[in-house]
Amino acid sequence: MKLTELLGTKPSTGPARHEERWGWALVAPWLIGFLIFTLGPMLYSLWLSFQKYDLAHGEYVGFENYRRLLLKDELFWTALSNTFEYALLAVPLGVLGSLACAMLLNTGVRGQRFFRTVFYLPTMVPAVASSILWLWMLNPDNGLLNIGLSKVGIQGPEWLQDERFALPAFVLMSLWGIGGARMLIFLAGLQGVSETYYEAATLDGASGWQRFRHITWPLISPVTFFNVTMGLIGAMGVFTSAYIMTGGGPNNSTLFYALYLFRNAFEYFKLGKASAMAWLMFLVLLVLTLIQFKLSKKWVHYEAGGEGG
Amino acid sequence: MKALQEPNAPRRGLRRVPIYILLLAGTVLFSLPFLWTFSTALKTPEAVFQYPPQWIPQPAEWGNFTKAWTALPFTLFVWNTIVITAIATFGSVLSASLVAYGFARFKFRYRTLLFYTMLSTMMLPSQVTMIPVFMIWRDLHAVDTFAPLTVPAFFGGGAFYIFLLRQFYMSIPKELDEAAKIDGAGYLRIWWSVLLPLSKPAIATICVFSLMGHWDDFMGPLIYLNTPEKYTVSIGLRMFQDSLGTSIELLMAAAMIHALPMIVLFFLAQRFFVRGIVTTGLGGR
Repeated sequence: MKLTELLGTKPSTGPARHEERWGWALVAPWLIGFLIFTLGPMLYSLWLSFQKYDLAHGEYVGFENYRRLLLKDELFWTALSNTFEYALLAVPLGVLGSLACAMLLNTGVRGQRFFRTVFYLPTMVPAVASSILWLWMLNPDNGLLNIGLSKVGIQGPEWLQDERFALPAFVLMSLWGIGGARMLIFLAGLQGVSETYYEAATLDGASGWQRFRHITWPLISPVTFFNVTMGLIGAMGVFTSAYIMTGGGPNNSTLFYALYLFRNAFEYFKLGKASAMAWLMFLVLLVLTLIQFKLSKKWVHYEAGGEGG
Repeated sequence: MKALQEPNAPRRGLRRVPIYILLLAGTVLFSLPFLWTFSTALKTPEAVFQYPPQWIPQPAEWGNFTKAWTALPFTLFVWNTIVITAIATFGSVLSASLVAYGFARFKFRYRTLLFYTMLSTMMLPSQVTMIPVFMIWRDLHAVDTFAPLTVPAFFGGGAFYIFLLRQFYMSIPKELDEAAKIDGAGYLRIWWSVLLPLSKPAIATICVFSLMGHWDDFMGPLIYLNTPEKYTVSIGLRMFQDSLGTSIELLMAAAMIHALPMIVLFFLAQRFFVRGIVTTGLGGR
């Protein structure tokens, strides 16, 4: 996009100036909110990250917070790698799961509305309620999951009490929500693919897999890209379930980044260190998103003549 | 009737058997946790740990729900949550729809720049702004009030809502605005009587997202609310977990109480809600 297009030009005529004033007035609430609650705090937290700050006053320490986090703080690395591990499992499985559900619903079977409702409902359960629900589902002795496993002759693990299984349990729990908004977005994408492509491919003798591989997948790739990007941001911010279900344990195996950051800020009151963590998180996400955008040129297909975006 | 529209219906019908099997399997997997929780909530303390488990508890302890409700000041927590959720949702919908109107219908300098800035805030993790925003409210002596949980909603309500509404407004023909203008309507009148009535699916969608988001919110109340009289259901339930963690059946009943309004909301709004997501062009992004 050209810079002039981005910045626009100053209107010179009367009615245009009238419109200009109205435009500014209408977006003003967002703009003011953006300055007070987003841009200002972002810059302030950058400044805080160079401070040793307890609740009352700060002292400039340069890169000390960053240095300590990266070189001295083992828990920081534990939290970071736990979060990556979680994201690496939950995002691909979740996105593919949502796509699979959407494709099942898109086959035009009867009762589509009923199935859609049942698939969607888990995401309507509030996070605290669903954490409590899953604590009980995952109970080693009396939870439904292990009762079910024992029916097929498998001795279920201790899940949240076992440091090898606690993180996978969180991934499992996240998969309960694959029928949510992400699935609806996929469904909308699938419904946007013209039937004529499939008809032509079928006439050419394409198999189901070939039709998916060469028609569906490329045509919905912008939707997939959107879902992966948002999924990654969501996965990096996992907090409530870990806070309620394990408190980061056992042996810090579910200490996620957002939980450790929260503790530093609101339990240990190390506001400077927590701000440094927040900025590192921001940078990590930024880099990951940029890498995704770069990679997307290889696999995301934008239809020519569309709305663009 | 069906057979008339589809000449090869019998063959397709047979082919669809695996699809139905998968859909039914999905239905079972998605609903089992609900049924399990509901069943547990109706059990006596002894029946909770019984093996093999009873799916339909005999006798059904409906009293567990009243017990759970009265074990903590639930009425107060629910009331607090309703107040916060209602104010914040009103603020979000009102301000998002005005801001979206500005972005969709008015030409002004820097509009494109501002719009892309707004979109990019969707990708900003809340952790980056959380600490300074907390300090602002602390300095305003507004910690332990509902202000930090409601006031920010009046500033656009979030980029996602603005984006969704703006996309929807763009799909409404501009001729309708022009016609109203010729009839002497001002800009606000056009917004109120032309755009808003036509955007019901989009408005309903952001209403559901906002109601859900605030009813569900845990980190916000955790940071800002200190006295139990001001607790929301999320925080109250957490307290419940600590004090009554051993009464699984009551805990499950309380979780059901927390979830029920959202499930009812979904059933009420789903017709609009699904259409809102599908038609706003979100799928094409």
